[in-house]
Amino acid sequence: MLMTGADMILKGLEKNGVSVIFGYPGAANCPIYDKIPEYNIQHILVRNEQGAAHMANAYARVTGKVGVCTATSGPGATNLITGIATAYMDSIPLVAITGQVDTSLIGRDAFQEVDITGTTISVCKHNYLVEDIKDLPRIIDEAVYIATTGRPGPVLVDVPMNISLSSTDCNYDFSCAKPPVIRGYNPEPVADKSEFDEIVTLLKTAKRPLILSGGGIILSKASDAFRNFIKTSKIPVVSTMTGIGSIETDNRLYYGMVGSHGVRVANYALNKSDVLLVLGARLGDRAVAHLTNLKTNKKIIHIDIDPAEICKNIAVDISVISDAGFALQQLNSHAGKISCPDEWVADLDRVKSMDKPYNTDDGEFVNPKYLLKKLSDRTNSDVIITTEVGQNQIWTANAFTVKNAGSFITSAGFGTMGYGLPAAIGAKFAAPDKTVIAVMGDGSFQMDMCELGTMSQWGINVKMILFKNNRLGMVRELQWSAYKSNYSGVFLDGSPDFAKLVDAYGIKSKCISKNSEIDSAIDALLSDDKSFLLIVNTDPLETCQVGFDRKEHEK
Amino acid sequence: MNKYIISVLVENHAGVLSKVVALFSRRGFNINSLAVGETQDETVSRITIEVSGDEYTVDQVSKQLNKLIDVIKVKVLNQDCIKRELILVKVNAPSPARQEVVQISDVFRAKIVDISAQTLTLELTGAETKTEAFLQMLEPFGILELARTGMIALERGTNVITHP
Ligand SMILES: Cc1ncc(C[n+]2csc(CCOP(=O)(O)OP(=O)(O)O)c2C)c(N)n1
Repeated sequence: MLMTGADMILKGLEKNGVSVIFGYPGAANCPIYDKIPEYNIQHILVRNEQGAAHMANAYARVTGKVGVCTATSGPGATNLITGIATAYMDSIPLVAITGQVDTSLIGRDAFQEVDITGTTISVCKHNYLVEDIKDLPRIIDEAVYIATTGRPGPVLVDVPMNISLSSTDCNYDFSCAKPPVIRGYNPEPVADKSEFDEIVTLLKTAKRPLILSGGGIILSKASDAFRNFIKTSKIPVVSTMTGIGSIETDNRLYYGMVGSHGVRVANYALNKSDVLLVLGARLGDRAVAHLTNLKTNKKIIHIDIDPAEICKNIAVDISVISDAGFALQQLNSHAGKISCPDEWVADLDRVKSMDKPYNTDDGEFVNPKYLLKKLSDRTNSDVIITTEVGQNQIWTANAFTVKNAGSFITSAGFGTMGYGLPAAIGAKFAAPDKTVIAVMGDGSFQMDMCELGTMSQWGINVKMILFKNNRLGMVRELQWSAYKSNYSGVFLDGSPDFAKLVDAYGIKSKCISKNSEIDSAIDALLSDDKSFLLIVNTDPLETCQVGFDRKEHEK
Repeated sequence: MNKYIISVLVENHAGVLSKVVALFSRRGFNINSLAVGETQDETVSRITIEVSGDEYTVDQVSKQLNKLIDVIKVKVLNQDCIKRELILVKVNAPSPARQEVVQISDVFRAKIVDISAQTLTLELTGAETKTEAFLQMLEPFGILELARTGMIALERGTNVITHP
């Protein structure tokens, strides 16, 4: 059959179950746009290519399928890079298709030429520059396969314009369901069952066992199995940021997020434990600041699908290369033999009880942590919540009750400001029946507020909560704690009237300044299924800390 | 710090070498030497890399290399593997110094591949200790140019790296 390159791309994507592409056109990917109407694939026009990558990212997290985005060559492609890197750091399956200048012009600094495969090497799981149209159908199959299997990640396919335009006789089998064979790629290593025996023995004899749960549990859709394991073994759990939601955060054996912005009891548990099982987490510097201290008093077990994570950040005593799902299946078959000592749980409860309750008094500002706690109570956590980066992210991670795995969506590894709003759009597109809430800071929101246009164009309704402190709050806090309050470059003077801004897009809003207004504000936020912006005046001196709930005062 | 030789079998197409090299710079691993060429299977190239570091480094290097989709097989070679490098060296050698340079070349079994009134160009193959010793002997005469292929290596006996 005679097919153009663009046909092969779209037919290949369709074959792989892709029904939406988030993107932005230009000359170099125009051949693809020319053909999109002929396929069963919807295109969502965004306002900046970075937004397309973030939307595809959140779409992938919510559906468990690959997220697809496209951009033109040159600036279109480079605008995608932050989004690709964001997906890479959180191991999200993404396929990015970029247009490239004609094959004959490559290397001549042609108009809008950039070496995007060279540029993205270190932020992609894999990438391709298509050199021969005959390779194209295979490459699309491989790209989706590589992105979604093993440790997921982004794959970029760069297609020169002459290749997507030209046509050739194609007898590729687009109905073949067999996964491609790539000799350098073995995504699903299967561990031997006996590898888990030693782990079970250690957990059985531990006095202070602890599980550090990571995003791997959510990515491998193993949170039900994980919850069962905890129910039976009664081992306490702490998590990394991407691990939030692997178990309900109001489970009495869940003690919160670890790390520099985690909660006290979680870090206490991490330090005190005598056997630590790290499951689907990579022990990054944000999660564990002082790895050498950690190692002194405990045995560490590491289970991860990526062999390169084992012993990368810390030497461990036992390791198994395995998908979290398979590992939990094995562990569950032994769970009955494990029972965690009560004294350990009691000790953790004691530390947890030292946390102060949220300040709910009425003052000049709303307590963001209290608002988030209330929001989860009022919605019974039956929402998808996305965050930007900064204090707003940490507040949400620590104060919002997350019940469903995958319903807390954030840029954890890369910490990308400008992620939250497009992520909410991608999530809402993926789950139109769910309420999707974007929690934002006034700095981050201004990085991606152009995507309000995407929301209104496509009727994608997102609930937005904007913690307005007129500061780059997180950096201000850092300058307070580490730079003697020498505030530099953190004041957001010149921000627009956010109510008027969203009004220009036909979106309603409300602004509150008191804790006593929280309930009515949540009513307004959730009163219908339209987009809404809740502007929350927040103390510029508020800190990330949860449990202390203290405000740091300027000297 | 030890030296390790790593053999990497990769897909023989454009862009693969840059992915391998980018990995080293990004992860902060140092390459002492790198040599690449097609194998008996034209779809496969063999990259031989010598790295300095400890066990952690070589473990991470191999694991990270393995993650590259275009990398088919990675093997850290036995320390007793056969290592060879070819060097071409142009030495300042007008007479009467020329006689001495020729003598040194004989001792090392180097080949004289080019000659001019002022210079001799020599070719030598060997393990690192040999090539280094040779260069040291030539140093006093004045080395005008030096080109080396980088180390290549194979394990001894029936040990082979197979791949699909
Ligand atoms: C793209 C990008 N640029 C810079 C930073 C550094 N950074 C981290 S948090 C932060 C402040 C965020 O301010 P805002 O969005 O207002 O949120 P707040 O901390 O006030 O909640 C900055 C600038 C970043 N994470 N991402």
